[in-house]
Amino acid sequence: MSGDHHHHHDHDHDDHSHLTPIEARVKALESILVAKGLVDPAALDVIIDTYETKIGPRNGARVVARAWADPAYAARLRADATAAMAELGYSGRQGEHMVTVFNDAATHHLVVCTLCSCYPWAVLGLPPVWYKSAPYRSRAVLDPRGVLAEFGVILSEAVKLRVWDSTAETRYLVIPQRPAGTEGWDEDRLANLVTRDSMIGTGLALDPPGTTA
Amino acid sequence: MNGAQDLGGQMGFGPVNPEKDEPLFHGAWEKRALAITLAAGGMGHWTIDESRHARETLHPVDYLSSSYYEIWTKGLEKLLERHGFVSAAERDAGVPLTPSTTPRRVLAADSVPTVLARGGPTSRDKTGQPRFRVGDTVRTIVISPSGHTRLPRYARGKTGVIELMHGAHVFPDSNAHGRGEQPDWLYTVAFAARELWGRDADPNSVVSIDAWEAYLEPA
Repeated sequence: MSGDHHHHHDHDHDDHSHLTPIEARVKALESILVAKGLVDPAALDVIIDTYETKIGPRNGARVVARAWADPAYAARLRADATAAMAELGYSGRQGEHMVTVFNDAATHHLVVCTLCSCYPWAVLGLPPVWYKSAPYRSRAVLDPRGVLAEFGVILSEAVKLRVWDSTAETRYLVIPQRPAGTEGWDEDRLANLVTRDSMIGTGLALDPPGTTA
Repeated sequence: MNGAQDLGGQMGFGPVNPEKDEPLFHGAWEKRALAITLAAGGMGHWTIDESRHARETLHPVDYLSSSYYEIWTKGLEKLLERHGFVSAAERDAGVPLTPSTTPRRVLAADSVPTVLARGGPTSRDKTGQPRFRVGDTVRTIVISPSGHTRLPRYARGKTGVIELMHGAHVFPDSNAHGRGEQPDWLYTVAFAARELWGRDADPNSVVSIDAWEAYLEPA
């Protein structure tokens, strides 16, 4: 393949000459695995569909919304987050051993995996690129306030920053602070205010529409 | 190992630059890389610890210049070769050339939901009592093993406090190398940022790692 790298969008996808090197590499590996009967092509499609449509940050948002709405549920999360999340049907791969950490006025939690890409898939789905990237993994432990500022989260120096480096199979989910002005809201409305980043700690929950924070 | 994967505290990578409205996958190949990695792992011939070590033994230049799904793909190639499933010659040819190891099992489409929902818990029963309790002050050991470890360099030889206890879990340092699970007590250990980074660190920041008892001694 030459360095003259045209991208034809109407090309035949079976023609390897139009693939980038990594695309060709993955395609070759998959074809060999399938040809040898080592992986079931239908299983590959189910795996992809699971993470595209069934497991994602909406799961975590349900957990947070219930924790806000139901103090007894929040207490169960604190006591045994794995069991409390299983109540909502969230369990399994990269969520086998869950711990929830609760933000409050005095403490802000931030989750990272400096050694690889550990992330609570069962409640947040697959991690974004930045979470797995060298800039975040290197600096979240060294300069967490600087990292937060890049996400637009400016905290008072009086707020303690608590960083959790996921070096084992424990997976951490941040329960952000409940926004003001949401008294009496049901869980569906509350869940809409819970962003993925607010459950990693690089964001805050959204304010209700129409409020000025 | 003191490889490129051990990124905590390194400098010079620039700002985080999160992508606005980031898609779940950047191209169809990423989906396939995810799926073949999980499905091939489902054959049951290597552990998550061995897969992590396969990725971290990439040359540092290769590791740091690869996207994460590229790292996964390159790690998977190593694992498939090591365990007799796909040779380098086959990767080059793009077709099977030789018979492979017989897999212990092949992940079937209809069992994917069950397998993903079950995951791979690493907690294990262990007799005896943990050496430390919540609130104890401990110091991490200083090691530089050539093999796999989950004790990051920035947290070696540092004094911290036991904050959580997680029971006994599979010990990656042995499990990654086929030396068995050797379950060990697992703790969350919290360190003041100044203990880790020195006097210029944020006085109001605390960083924790999850550490097996083998990484800890009384302080």
